[in-house]
Amino acid sequence: MRLTLRVWRQKSAKEPGRFETYEAKDISPDLSFLELLDVVNDGLQQRGLDPIAFDHDCREGICGSCAMMINGEAHGPQPAVAACQLYLRHFKDGETLTIEPWRARAFPIIRDLIVDRSAFDRIIQAGGYVSVDTGSAPEANSVPVPKPDAEEAMDAAACIGCGACVAACPNASAMLFVAAKVSHLAKLPQGQAERKPRVLNMVEQMDREGFGNCTNHYECMAACPKSIHVKFIAQLNRDYLKACRRR
Amino acid sequence: MILDPKIPPGPLPDKWEAHRKALKALDPSVAQRCRVLVVGTGLAGASAAATLAERGFQVEALCFQDSARRAHSIAAQGGINAAKNYPKDGDSIERLFQDTIKGGDFRSREANVYRLAEISNAIIDQCAAQGVPFAREYDGHLANRSFGGVKVRRTFYARGQTGQQLLLGAYQAMMRQVKAGRVRVHPRTEMLDLVVADGETRGIVVRDLVTGEIHALSGDAVVLATGGYSTVYHLSTNAKGCNVTAAYRAYRRGAHFANPCFTQIHPTCIPLAGRYQSKLTLMSESLRNDGRIWVPKQKGDTRPPSQIPEAERDYYLERRYPSYGNLAPRDIASRAAKAVCDEGRGVGPGGQGVYLDFADAVRKLGRKTIQERYGNLFDMYREITDEDAYAAPMRIYPAPHYAMGGLWVDYNLMGTIPGLFVIGEANFSDHGANRLGASALMQGLADGYFIAPLTVADYLSGRKPQRGDAAHPAFAAARREVEERTRRLLAVRGKRTVDAFHRDLGKLMWDDCGMSRSAAGLTRALAEIPRIRDAFWKDVTVLGGGEELNQALERAGRVADFLEFAELICRDALHREESCGGHFRVEHQTADGEAKRDDARFCYVAAWQFAGDGQPPVLHREPLAFDAIPLSERSYK
Ligand SMILES: Cc1cc2nc3c(=O)[nH]c(=O)nc-3n(C[C@H](O)[C@H](O)[C@H](O)COP(=O)(O)OP(=O)(O)OC[C@H]3O[C@@H](n4cnc5c(N)ncnc54)[C@H](O)[C@@H]3O)c2cc1C
Ligand code: FES
Repeated sequence: MRLTLRVWRQKSAKEPGRFETYEAKDISPDLSFLELLDVVNDGLQQRGLDPIAFDHDCREGICGSCAMMINGEAHGPQPAVAACQLYLRHFKDGETLTIEPWRARAFPIIRDLIVDRSAFDRIIQAGGYVSVDTGSAPEANSVPVPKPDAEEAMDAAACIGCGACVAACPNASAMLFVAAKVSHLAKLPQGQAERKPRVLNMVEQMDREGFGNCTNHYECMAACPKSIHVKFIAQLNRDYLKACRRR
Repeated sequence: MILDPKIPPGPLPDKWEAHRKALKALDPSVAQRCRVLVVGTGLAGASAAATLAERGFQVEALCFQDSARRAHSIAAQGGINAAKNYPKDGDSIERLFQDTIKGGDFRSREANVYRLAEISNAIIDQCAAQGVPFAREYDGHLANRSFGGVKVRRTFYARGQTGQQLLLGAYQAMMRQVKAGRVRVHPRTEMLDLVVADGETRGIVVRDLVTGEIHALSGDAVVLATGGYSTVYHLSTNAKGCNVTAAYRAYRRGAHFANPCFTQIHPTCIPLAGRYQSKLTLMSESLRNDGRIWVPKQKGDTRPPSQIPEAERDYYLERRYPSYGNLAPRDIASRAAKAVCDEGRGVGPGGQGVYLDFADAVRKLGRKTIQERYGNLFDMYREITDEDAYAAPMRIYPAPHYAMGGLWVDYNLMGTIPGLFVIGEANFSDHGANRLGASALMQGLADGYFIAPLTVADYLSGRKPQRGDAAHPAFAAARREVEERTRRLLAVRGKRTVDAFHRDLGKLMWDDCGMSRSAAGLTRALAEIPRIRDAFWKDVTVLGGGEELNQALERAGRVADFLEFAELICRDALHREESCGGHFRVEHQTADGEAKRDDARFCYVAAWQFAGDGQPPVLHREPLAFDAIPLSERSYK
């Protein structure tokens, strides 16, 4: 098949960016989206042009590295997959695709499709953990966890931290990301002791990083490659309010 | 030279406990003046960084990804082993130890493996306390399943995302120490050399992958947790960024490399589909619990699977290994698949595939049960192949997956250069010639949480902290070498991409040093690798400059190292004139095609010492003794 790609090219944070158009001809519909970029990059390099920079690693939808808007949608049109798991057979022969980086104040562009997502690390650092030193843990089965709680914790913990939720949100809010971590630990007995300071510290850090507010568009859930549910945002809000009241 | 692994004296079950007590601890007030560099933030690195910081050390942790949480460990699916014996099916430390020694085909160190089995239970306690959402039974207790090559249920899991959840636990523990001011994480930073001065490890040289700046970091000890090297085959189940650079550079500085030819080919991956394919996706081994593997009995049978009657199918694993059947260990299952494909009985494009059939399981258990157990895997399979595995059998084929070989370490996980510790998949570790499923996560966390923090402290006790001093001329010299190499890569300005060379190397390694190896093939590869290497240095194209984010340059450096390291793998494979575990030499097999070990000649760890460019490396041996489990032929029949 043949595809036309309009790709955002930007050499560095300081320089202005622009769209460049590339033709991809005779490509197999069995390629993944990132393999398409590999093919285009091969061609660019043959012609002495800089390849498109993009983050990627596992190429199976779990590391959260790959991140790009495809035709205005985070990770492209298929639900519940990351860009690396998106296959070209879902596109029409001859189609034109626009590929851009995540756009958010808290995710500054580094180069081409690569953005700086270290704000997420700083949010986790603010409190997204259980304080237990190595070697001080009780026997694992001494703290039973009801199966439904463990399952729900896992539903939230499945977040891969890719940032699609932020990119898809009209306000560039990070609520789904923060909600996923807060809810994961809030559902488990191990997470109770620090539940209040955790939610306060994480939300405070989120605000400091310049993410926007949640105004219930729910674009985040639709874009999330792991389909993390917006019900966790409600959980986050409840926990936050409770923690504020007791402060 | 005979290498001394420094195994503590005493009976096997008491060694670690006695040794642990004898290791010197550091007072936190002293520890805080010591700086430890931890390279890699996978399970091994993140757990080590967190624990070292808890004990008071100042830790600098590095990874090449944009976040520590994205290390390749994140991709592990199936689970992690421990000898808890919760299902009461007769498991014990002793049994986990035995399974691991036998699974590794008697090429690992008894004392290390015993310690690993001993520590396994504490890992589960630690991870559960961190909030890892392990699968649970209805009574709220932890659930277990069985996993490739063993008959007890000892595998703990978190859906199909065990590696992700364990890594997030370790990453979070590390981020807690970042907040405490004891860990600094350097993402998008790549180690390109090790600094050794006066025979000791002093630091590393790194490149900032965003600015391109090359600088040196000094440390009182360096912990390498940089993962495995299966991407030497180009296509593998590993993440694209996995590489051997850190370990290989340490090797060039004097760290011995052990058993590089011990690589694992995983039997259940989605077969290769086309030229631009960048990755071979693993289909979890758990599928073998319910799927039946077969090929047509007849060569070149192109009928769709549904039209091949039962009598004309060959369920070759069930036929050859009636006791383990479809659950035979990885090396055996992989080789058997290759054998039937080599006979011309493979299925799918190019005849490089075998069927993994769920029809019987669906009939017996119902589609709903199968969907519950493997739904996400079936979805993934459909997404990649556009085929429905409920309607027709999956096609699978073996793919490079794991490196049992790695830098040689003693019982304290210290390499041959004092102050250099190596943990996780990067060391040659505990898996001998073949690793059992769900044991890599266990080993990475045993090393990182429970062993290295103690042995690093012991090494540092009584030494004068360097306090970040990088004044020794060895630092400037190493940095200049890295700069020079970077400049050379950029100066070639040839016509072929880095990936093209990587693909050539990968194909050669797969053909001649993959699932089966022969003296003739290895000799050919040893002649061909230098040719590819020369062509690379004459004709590779790396555009752009060194002082910017340049992914082609990053890849070029890694492939350049693979082009040297591949020779070491082939040399090791050629020297080991026996078959064991994942290392199968066609000249050494039994009448029915099983691996034939030669304990009289090869019951040792082969540790290679770099002797200079163009010089053959020097072989050192660490003899292996089997006192607790007598040497025997592995049998899964
Ligand atoms: C698809 C898949 C599924 C698997 N499933 C299982 C399973 O179910 N159970 C099991 O036990 N095992 C499994 N394994 C194996 C297991 O995941 C790995 O062996 C293990 O996670 C390796 O952990 P590690 O910490 O040693 O290294 P990694 O997780 O590979 O981490 C390496 C780290 O080193 C860094 N690094 C590397 N080179 C450099 C450099 N030069 N400079 C700076 N940083 C560097 C990387 O950034 C990364 O942070 C699986 C493997 C694969 C590929
Ligand atoms: S590359 Fe890992 S999620 Fe896409």
